Amino acid sequence: MKKRGSLLVLFMSLVLLLSGCSSIAVLDPKGPAARTLSDTILFSIAMMAGVLLVVYVLFVVFLVKYRGSKTKDDYMPPHEEGNKWLEALWIAVPIVIVTVLSVVTVESTVAVEKVPAGYEDQKPLVVYAASSDWKWHFSYPEEGIETVNYLNIPTHRPIELRLYSFGPITSLWIPQLAGQKYAMSDMVNTLNLVADEQGSYLGRNSNFSGKGTAHMEFETLAMSPKAYTEWVEEVKTTATKLEEAEFKSLLATSYVGRKTFSSTHLSFSPAPGDHSDHMKHKDMENGNKEHQDNKEEHPVPATPEQSKFDIVPNIDPNEPLPQSPAEDSTSDIDHTSHEGK
Amino acid sequence: MKIDATKPLEYGSEENSNKIFGFWIFLGAEIALFSTLFTVYFVLVNRYATGPNGSEIFELTGVLVETFLLLTSSFTIGLAIHSMRLGLKKPMMIFFTLTLLMGLGFLGIEIMEFFTYVHEGASLSTSAFTSSLFILLGTHGAHVAFGLLWGTSILIQVKRQGFTLATANKSFIFSLYWHFLDVVWIFIFSFVYLKGLM
Amino acid sequence: MKWDEFFVTGEPMIYGAMASIVLATIAIIVGLTYFKKWGYLWREWLTTVDHKRIGVMYILSALIMLFRGGVDAIMMRLQTAVPENKFLDSQHYNEIFTTHGLIMILFMAMPFIIGIMNVVVPLQIGARDVAFPRLNAISFWLFFAGAMLLNLSFVIGGSPDAGWSAYFPLASIEFSPTVGNNYYSLALQISGIGTLLTGINFIVTILKMRAPGMKLMRMPMFTWSSLITSVIIAFAFPVLTVALALMMFDRLFGSQFFTMANGGMDMLWANLFWVWGHPEVYIVVLPAFGIFSEIISTFSKKNLYGYTSMVVSMVVISLLSFLVWAHHFYTMGQGAMVNGFFSITTMAISVPTGVKIFNWLFTMRKGKITFTTPMLYSLAFIPIFTIGGVTGVMLAMASADYQYHNTMFLVAHFHYVLIPGTVFAVIAGFHYWFPKVFGFKLNERLGKHAFWWIAVSFNVTFFPLFFLGLQGMTRRMYTYSEETGFGPLNLLSFAGALGLAFGFVILVYNIYYSIRYSPRETNGDPWDARTLEWATSSPIPAYNFAITPNVKARDALWSAKYDNLPIFEGKIEPIHLPSNSGKPVILGAIFFAFGFALVFSWWIPAIISGIGILIILASMSFDRDHGITVSVKEIMETEKKLRGETL
Repeated sequence: MKKRGSLLVLFMSLVLLLSGCSSIAVLDPKGPAARTLSDTILFSIAMMAGVLLVVYVLFVVFLVKYRGSKTKDDYMPPHEEGNKWLEALWIAVPIVIVTVLSVVTVESTVAVEKVPAGYEDQKPLVVYAASSDWKWHFSYPEEGIETVNYLNIPTHRPIELRLYSFGPITSLWIPQLAGQKYAMSDMVNTLNLVADEQGSYLGRNSNFSGKGTAHMEFETLAMSPKAYTEWVEEVKTTATKLEEAEFKSLLATSYVGRKTFSSTHLSFSPAPGDHSDHMKHKDMENGNKEHQDNKEEHPVPATPEQSKFDIVPNIDPNEPLPQSPAEDSTSDIDHTSHEGK
Repeated sequence: MKIDATKPLEYGSEENSNKIFGFWIFLGAEIALFSTLFTVYFVLVNRYATGPNGSEIFELTGVLVETFLLLTSSFTIGLAIHSMRLGLKKPMMIFFTLTLLMGLGFLGIEIMEFFTYVHEGASLSTSAFTSSLFILLGTHGAHVAFGLLWGTSILIQVKRQGFTLATANKSFIFSLYWHFLDVVWIFIFSFVYLKGLM
Repeated sequence: MKWDEFFVTGEPMIYGAMASIVLATIAIIVGLTYFKKWGYLWREWLTTVDHKRIGVMYILSALIMLFRGGVDAIMMRLQTAVPENKFLDSQHYNEIFTTHGLIMILFMAMPFIIGIMNVVVPLQIGARDVAFPRLNAISFWLFFAGAMLLNLSFVIGGSPDAGWSAYFPLASIEFSPTVGNNYYSLALQISGIGTLLTGINFIVTILKMRAPGMKLMRMPMFTWSSLITSVIIAFAFPVLTVALALMMFDRLFGSQFFTMANGGMDMLWANLFWVWGHPEVYIVVLPAFGIFSEIISTFSKKNLYGYTSMVVSMVVISLLSFLVWAHHFYTMGQGAMVNGFFSITTMAISVPTGVKIFNWLFTMRKGKITFTTPMLYSLAFIPIFTIGGVTGVMLAMASADYQYHNTMFLVAHFHYVLIPGTVFAVIAGFHYWFPKVFGFKLNERLGKHAFWWIAVSFNVTFFPLFFLGLQGMTRRMYTYSEETGFGPLNLLSFAGALGLAFGFVILVYNIYYSIRYSPRETNGDPWDARTLEWATSSPIPAYNFAITPNVKARDALWSAKYDNLPIFEGKIEPIHLPSNSGKPVILGAIFFAFGFALVFSWWIPAIISGIGILIILASMSFDRDHGITVSVKEIMETEKKLRGETL
């Protein structure tokens, strides 16, 4: 048994050493939602480490103490039916642990389903994130712009991602900003997040959706509100409009790089269950109601609203704006916070 | 093989009573199967897309005849088992045959009904609703159809061998199966047709 | 359909697989003919209705499937060992992880468990056979037909490629146009029917065929776990039957259950799949708990601690297992209320499971522990499975699961549960009951070597995956870039996988070595064990017990040996046994043809084989099996021979 113990120690230290080389994204949050989850995870690890310790101590003690080579040859183990107090103990203690964890779970689940605390009074920036085989389309209805395979957001402003899919179920996951949620073809899911640090964060589709799943990565760039506004303005003036025909050919293309447009596909291809005037697809109308009950309809505002952060001068004038088809903009964006990579 | 004379013939040996017990468990699994099908139906019943919904295609007349046939056949299979316990071979076979004939009638009407649905534009592939309707009715209908084949083979065995441990056991188990299909039909009648017509 | 669509082409590995399948088939046919074993094979194995032989066939198939699933696993770890590896392309990788999951769960773990149940349960309750021996043979052949059908997909038509959970719409004809997922629905359906019949068979066997005095609360723990598992099978498998039928209708007949248009609902599939899928986990884990209970008790020389709470905890687990399915998709957007409910039910399972862990630990306390190979696996199970258990509690927390879901953390968790929980258990059970079935032990020295390789390599393979998950690596990724930093831990994991493979090679070599060199046992009880199966001789005579045992205490044999409570008191009477039948194997073959025809939508062959199935069933109904009767004289002779006495 000692052999295995020492091997395990050696092996654990090796694992810790190796993992030290690259950051653990889930435990390196850059926004309140991911921070809540990270705290929950660390708390549960601590609780579970306690459970493991108890089991391991008992295991080692019993193995060492009662091994056959140590006892006398004529030793006959006693007949034991059990002990109701001991058994009650190891029913009661786990119940207490599970109760504590249940409370933590329910609280944190409710917390991350809402707009993060401290940001409730701000109007969230709505971004529709739709997946198709095998890419991400991000539509900003308020700004009237659309990007493919990259997401730019302002810091310190709640972001409401509305997820849906043009094909198989996908799952949008930006581990440093928030937990993941499914994007499906017949309903819209909402994911709330806030980035409170500027930086570039990797996002991906975590749900297997066919051949190209591994390539469904996208960069999430959290930029200062001013830089964000400037970027939006630049896109509006320089990028082309997204026409229906081009959008269809985009959907049909398996892999595309980054794209930027000065209009969204929502006008001619609305999200499922979005009963706007442009609703064309009758087959969507019978989408089941019960799954939409927990979301209110968000009418698309006619004019973009100014957020209070728009007036804060907090930008680096040299900060380059990601443009299509900039493939590699990860390295030179993140001047202020370099923990990302 | 030991025959226990204190019990009815179908329970007459350990093997026989094991078979009946096993069949009850099988019916438990069948309940799980039909419950799942009903769940699927209830989830999809309002998702009829561009196709028709239940009230547009259901016709009460045919369904009432089907219900009448199946309920009566459940009664006659009961009479058949009763005759078997009294050792009356001929009445048993008559009631058994009547049961199968009514089952056949039920199946015929159901198939005609299916053709009507398809004719009215409600085929298997029209919508999630029609798919779930066909699969629920079809599974029940397939059970009835299998029952007809099975029942016929039992009838032949009873005719050839008379009441033995084996044939009595099979006939009894068949009656359980037939009653079960009747119960499922009552649920279909209430929750698919009546509810759909409301 | 063209021939190049029919056979999978373009991959050197596939040609290799085809060649090896053809060569192996030829070798088997030539070998059987040369050694004149066709008759033996047919009479003694293919047509058998003896629960022990059926059990052996299950276990043999499971070992072959373990090899197949293991090769898949090595290929997956090799592909991801370094960034941007070109060993497999995406499609091939997707097929491999899909079949790896399906084979390991449904065609390795399940048949291994069911095989051990077949061998052991009737012996443990003192029965002559299962309640319905011929139905048992049908179950086996349906499982085997399903297993062969799924394996055939690798070379003919292409394997399923939408993951073992086959989520729609990905698995629909629109996004998965090959026949791969047709194989999925039909192979699983056919073997699933077999499993359902097994479940019913064992419920009746355990409830109605127990020897006199074998009250429910005297049953060995493995029998209890088999009973509870059978009940779960009877209620969970019909859901799978429906789900697979709907899938088949969607793919073959254009129905609209899970499609993206016309009201179809992809979430319905996920719900149906996991309503079956979660209980399925307990179907393979609970009997494993039973196996460990037997082994830990035997090699601690002590009765099982907290017997009643062990039984109650299994019943509670089985009930809860039907109430937790939504924890497989917390991220589907049901909202905090629903997720909170399923979090609590899921975490609640840890309470009865914890009870079992502590009962096993306290069984060893004050015991006299001997470190045999089966005991080593059972001991290693406790600390490793506990890691799987506590990470399970972590995953159960809905909010945290938003960060674990679909990641390597999850992959690490379920391997930490299923490998120590199920694989260690079946290997332990294999070593433990091997001498009962074959009359000699597996070599202990080689067995321990294999154990250390497997136990250590397992941790090297799967522990790094916890960290990879937290770093953001998702499951089912066939490649990743260097910048992600996933490389080193994946390489370590691959090294571990090689170690695991080596461990299994030793294990298989040990079987060969022991057949040749292991000393033959003269006594039916080589481990000084406690339960009834060790009371008969090894190998076991066809009728199991010459005299029906009379059980007077919980550990019946132990009480007979040390408390002077004899088991066999009556006198030998003639024994009635069912006769063999070729119809189950023929039925399996026709089901295979039926499934294969449906996979390719060949309607005429499908209808013909469908009618064939009905004909076989009808002819079975008309059969009048009078069985065979073993006379007292024959029993006496067999018993003498088994005890090594000269006639």
